[in-house]
Amino acid sequence: MADNPNPDLDLPEAETPAVKPKKKGVKRRIFLAGSALVVGGGLFGVWWMDSGAKSQAKALTVGPGEHGFLTWMKIAEDDTVTVYSPHIDFGQGSHTALGQMLADELDAAWDKVKIEQAPADMAFANVALAKGFLPSMAGETLAGLMPEAVIGIMARSMPLMITGGSSAIRFTGEIAMRKTGAAVRAALVAEAADRLGVPESELTAADSLVTHAKSGKSLRYGELAAGAAGRSLGSDPVLKTRDQWKLIGKPIVRRDIPAKVDGSAVYGIDFTLPDMRVATIAAAPVRGGKLESVDQAPALAVKGVEKVVKLDDAVIVVAKGYWQAKKGLEALAPKFSDGGHSAVSTPAIYAAQGKLIAAGKADNEGGEGDVEAAFKAAGAKVVEAEYRVPFLHHAMMEPFALTGHFKDGTLHLWGGMQDPLTTRTRAAKAAGIAVDNVVFTPMIMGGGFGRRFPDLVEIIDQVALLAKQVPYPVKLVWSREEELRHGTYRPQSLAKLSASLKDGAITGMRIDYAQSGNAEGEVPFIYNLPATSRRHFAYQSNQIDGPWRSVNATQIGFYTESFMDEAAAAAGEDPYQFRRKHLAPGSRHIKVLDEVAKRSGWGTPLPAGTGRGIAIVESFGTIVAEVVEATVKQDGSAKVLKAWAVVDCGTTVNPLNAEAQIMGGLIMGLSSAIGEQVTIDKGAVVESNFSDYPILKLADAPPAVDVHFIESGAKTGGIGEPGLPPASPALANALAAATGKRIRTLPLLTQAKA
Amino acid sequence: MAIAFSVNGKPVSVEADADTPLLWALRDDLGLTGTKFGCGIAACGACSVHVDGAVTRSCSVPLGDIAGKAVTTIEGLKAADGTLHKVQAAWIDAQVPQCGYCQSGQIMAAVALIEQVGTPSDAQIDEAMTNICRCGTYPRIRKAILAATGQAAAAQTGEA
Repeated sequence: MADNPNPDLDLPEAETPAVKPKKKGVKRRIFLAGSALVVGGGLFGVWWMDSGAKSQAKALTVGPGEHGFLTWMKIAEDDTVTVYSPHIDFGQGSHTALGQMLADELDAAWDKVKIEQAPADMAFANVALAKGFLPSMAGETLAGLMPEAVIGIMARSMPLMITGGSSAIRFTGEIAMRKTGAAVRAALVAEAADRLGVPESELTAADSLVTHAKSGKSLRYGELAAGAAGRSLGSDPVLKTRDQWKLIGKPIVRRDIPAKVDGSAVYGIDFTLPDMRVATIAAAPVRGGKLESVDQAPALAVKGVEKVVKLDDAVIVVAKGYWQAKKGLEALAPKFSDGGHSAVSTPAIYAAQGKLIAAGKADNEGGEGDVEAAFKAAGAKVVEAEYRVPFLHHAMMEPFALTGHFKDGTLHLWGGMQDPLTTRTRAAKAAGIAVDNVVFTPMIMGGGFGRRFPDLVEIIDQVALLAKQVPYPVKLVWSREEELRHGTYRPQSLAKLSASLKDGAITGMRIDYAQSGNAEGEVPFIYNLPATSRRHFAYQSNQIDGPWRSVNATQIGFYTESFMDEAAAAAGEDPYQFRRKHLAPGSRHIKVLDEVAKRSGWGTPLPAGTGRGIAIVESFGTIVAEVVEATVKQDGSAKVLKAWAVVDCGTTVNPLNAEAQIMGGLIMGLSSAIGEQVTIDKGAVVESNFSDYPILKLADAPPAVDVHFIESGAKTGGIGEPGLPPASPALANALAAATGKRIRTLPLLTQAKA
Repeated sequence: MAIAFSVNGKPVSVEADADTPLLWALRDDLGLTGTKFGCGIAACGACSVHVDGAVTRSCSVPLGDIAGKAVTTIEGLKAADGTLHKVQAAWIDAQVPQCGYCQSGQIMAAVALIEQVGTPSDAQIDEAMTNICRCGTYPRIRKAILAATGQAAAAQTGEA
């Protein structure tokens, strides 16, 4: 389990849940957006009463004339409602949507609602997130029986304040924000009833006002807040029904956007302090390598350079500004070891993965039915294909930057991370101090896409170690080259898929894939087949595999949806109709698929050389089908002409922002499929910058993306990631339709050339 | 050495080596952090500013070449009374930014394009807008440029 986040607290003995898990439902280890969280009896070793969290939250956020509720919100006497989001902002827009969810249940006037980032304090550990992820960790049955208090303890002991797994709306919003808004609204109405001496049933709440229609009297939320804050809140308030929503489901503009168009938004890299120095770094080019030696003199001779700091595996130059630091670093000739990884290369990794699969000894296996029997059945036609996908870099536009100042035994940090709490624990460990002596101020981020999970962010250690060696505040900035060559990449992975066909239908399908992490349980298999088998073969190179937007759904989606087209071709059937007949009749999946086919004009004629591809992937609780229309340029590269996406995420809280997330995910998926790859040679990354790691540009992106939402009302799903996975198979399928050539290795580059 | 030029209409003098890129003078010396560092090799456009009216990738222009010239950054686009430039307003109406990090550069590129050609065609937008956006906001960037130049119905889709 995670280190005790509150080592100074006197903790009683571990509590264990009263209900024993059933033998099969429990997974001891899950991949939560790619980062492993260990769940077990030891998790309950931390006990911190909820009242402690609440009073700590109030101390941090509630000032004079303000009244706090449950850690998540406060009401000021001027009626301002402030919502505290435990999620950080790296562009996904969930702050506004979380505010919508709380404000709707609260019946607050939207123009009086502010949304702020919750402080990086244990009091704001995300109970809702723990509860949301719990079923995948402990099984539905056990999760349903756990009391809230136990879940709260889990959140704090992990500690959990993550933004990832497309979890903000579906977990934090649905579990915490709506419930809090509804419970506080009930308390405000109860307070008004007492003050006016009328029954609650005669009162209505709207626009931050409780009104008694009969007498014409009304009380503002600001007037009622003090009294309401003293009342105990119901733990199971009645939530509004869909027809009662005024804010949820509405295309409300994002609150963060004005500061992002006039240059006033302050990102981690923009942060400054008086007397601050700027540093930059070169780490061992080969992952696992160490710094052997470096002559510091050439850097110190550069004007503006003040200090050279050696770390175990890197060298840092500290200067007056970034440019001087960079010049100083370039003047150095550090010698690094290769950690014994000089034989690691992209072809060697694929070869090793292929051998693992051929040996047939899987590390994890899932599926149903007897695939072997289906393959051997009389009259079965077996189709096979091998696919390869490369390491992918997140390429967030803001390179890593983190400011640190070690003063009077306390390490202060400023920057952007996907989990403010584990940022503190990691920094404390690196600096060798107690976590209570680390203060972290979370800032907005220029993208993240999975790269900023503190578990995988070395800059935290680097700044913690650096700050302890200098008397002034120091901002460490990674160059783009450092960023690209020391990524935590989407895994390079190889897969072999096979299926048996009989009478035009799949009777069995096997997916064998080799990579670091096991995707079983994370990416649902959506087709109804008599027999399926998914086998994971664990393979780890010297590179660090991390979560990359939509995590394992990118490669699993590419494999499965490319292969469904190949199976359709083998059966002599249309790819859309072929998918359709393997999905459950009347299912959400069929509706999503039918809608995208209808909107894209599936089956209508296209000009010669142009093809249409379809793909459907469910990830993070959301079903997305996409159609891409594409052709091949003169040089053999893919040109996307049009794109459609149909989405069922249950409820679309903010359609305006949800459209942007789906559109952006689709375009990021196309970008990766068309040209992105991190290649390894002699254990080191070959690519260095956007010059050789090309990101799709405007001219090559579809001019518009038709995004349509189906409001099924099913359990709310995520929106930040699910738009991505169908894009690459839809494009590869479109190229195959256009040229007759099936491309099984990404990126596509110029493979479609005739 | 001291290098003198103007930024957003005001004269400035920066004490720096002539090879210092304009970007770092703006960010580290003048505190104008709206202009972003993305790649350092003029490949992404996050650092785009105007130099004597021409869109320029400030990470790759040495300060020595800027002496005596007029630089405009994202902070200088607003009118003196604080009114947003029509491109900035169109960006809000079309809800373009996600993470927002590249958008200063995107807006500077779009303003330069519009100043140059008036009402850009789709092909001119394709040619001029070469800045990278990792969030994939391109369709909304195009929509905002068209709206700002009266070529599309106002892109406003949301409530205030």
